[in-house]
Amino acid sequence: MIRAVDIKKSFGDKEVLRGISSEFYKGKTNLIIGRSGAGKTVLLKILVGLFRPDEGAVWYENQCFFDLSKKETQQLRMKIGMLFQGGALFDSWNVEENIRFPLDMYTNLTLGEKKKRVAEVLEKVELSGVEPKYPSELSGGMQKRVGIARAIVLNPQYLFCDEPNSGLDPKTAIVIDKLIQDITRHYNITTVINTHDMNSVMEIGDNILLLKDGLVAWQGNKEQIITSNDDTILEFIFASPFLKRLRKKALGL
Amino acid sequence: MIGKLIYGLFFQLGQWVLWMNHAFSRPEKLKVYWRETVRQMNELGVGSLPVVIIISVFFGAVTTVQFYYQISGTFVPNYYIGYIVRDMTIIELAPTFTCMLLAGKVGSNIATEIGGMRQKEIIDAMEVMGVNTAAFLVLPRLVAAVFMIPLLVILAAAISILGGYFASVWGHLFTSSEFLQGLHSFFIPYNVYIMLVKAVTFAFLLTTISAYQGYFVKSGSIELGRASTNAVVLSDVAILVADYIIAILMT
Repeated sequence: MIRAVDIKKSFGDKEVLRGISSEFYKGKTNLIIGRSGAGKTVLLKILVGLFRPDEGAVWYENQCFFDLSKKETQQLRMKIGMLFQGGALFDSWNVEENIRFPLDMYTNLTLGEKKKRVAEVLEKVELSGVEPKYPSELSGGMQKRVGIARAIVLNPQYLFCDEPNSGLDPKTAIVIDKLIQDITRHYNITTVINTHDMNSVMEIGDNILLLKDGLVAWQGNKEQIITSNDDTILEFIFASPFLKRLRKKALGL
Repeated sequence: MIGKLIYGLFFQLGQWVLWMNHAFSRPEKLKVYWRETVRQMNELGVGSLPVVIIISVFFGAVTTVQFYYQISGTFVPNYYIGYIVRDMTIIELAPTFTCMLLAGKVGSNIATEIGGMRQKEIIDAMEVMGVNTAAFLVLPRLVAAVFMIPLLVILAAAISILGGYFASVWGHLFTSSEFLQGLHSFFIPYNVYIMLVKAVTFAFLLTTISAYQGYFVKSGSIELGRASTNAVVLSDVAILVADYIIAILMT
């Protein structure tokens, strides 16, 4: 489990996060949602340690991330996998080299063992056989799946995904969502996803955190959204009048 | 305006020094760094060969023709041209101009490649993995440059002198024996040492300045273009300043 405690972060005069406290649960897909500029990416980057908060703390189980020594931070980072918006793959390396990179850096496996592990994770993301291809030869969805494969190659305990569906068609987006959910359940890891894709929210939202004006405006799961009377979450999820009418009809309101 | 410029210059210089300190850390895994170094050696060294060869031939040829133009008809013997071309090439033209040329080719490439990695969040991805990105992005390039650029400079010097020889002989300016006599005259091996010191210093400067420009790039293609331009301009300025300092200290 990951716990964010009273996280505050400003950039110049702009207060982006004004005191975020929340828990992200193990074995669940935890979603951070909110409008553009709500601070989702900033919160995610604070959770993985790319940004340091002005105030507050991030706890991984019983370890406070920003109080760890260099060595402890390194050990914790090996338990973290992250999928970036564009995949963040090295253009000059092929798929195998990209996925193998964390293994090369942090394990003493033989080349054969590493290749076997790469094949395993590629099979998990349903991309077997693409090892020799370069990122430029793959579609956006395939690049995301390679990104996921790299993120899970070290068997992480925590998986972070920054806008995993951006730039994908709805069908591919659902495939990626399901893949992330399967991995979360299969490996029993804590997954935190930053998204503004409402399909994802309703498909895989085990624990949803809505950010508004730098604060947590609503927290719950996908079932609770349907029956909720909270205008903040309803306005956000059912943004179009058509969806609002559809929801009312479904609930017999 | 000037105050702001000076502040900016010192800020950049300070940030560069601090960043370099971070970059000179113990590599997490030597094998991975070595693999990257070999790739950079190939890209930087072998990839720069054609342009260095072409430019060097003409450096030597033009220097020879122009010195002949200045010396012919005077009391200075023709063989002096071979001597002047050799020493000019070794002390100045080969290290300085080759490295300025490489600042344009290799420097802009380094800044664009690392800047692109910053913009595509590849650097963030590596940091999440726990990689010391400053070290991983700088050290292999630096080691490759410090090994390969002196070799390119030696090659540039040899080819430049060869270019001078062919220009004089094929252009019927003077005889080949006069040029060769010049090449053998007043040779000071210490000058080769100066050339190598310059090559290593310039390699260090152009690599680290360019990598720094790319590493701290902000989002957008305009910023990437600016980083690439800054890499070339600042590397060239740094090379010329260092050239002057080395000239004072070593001659």
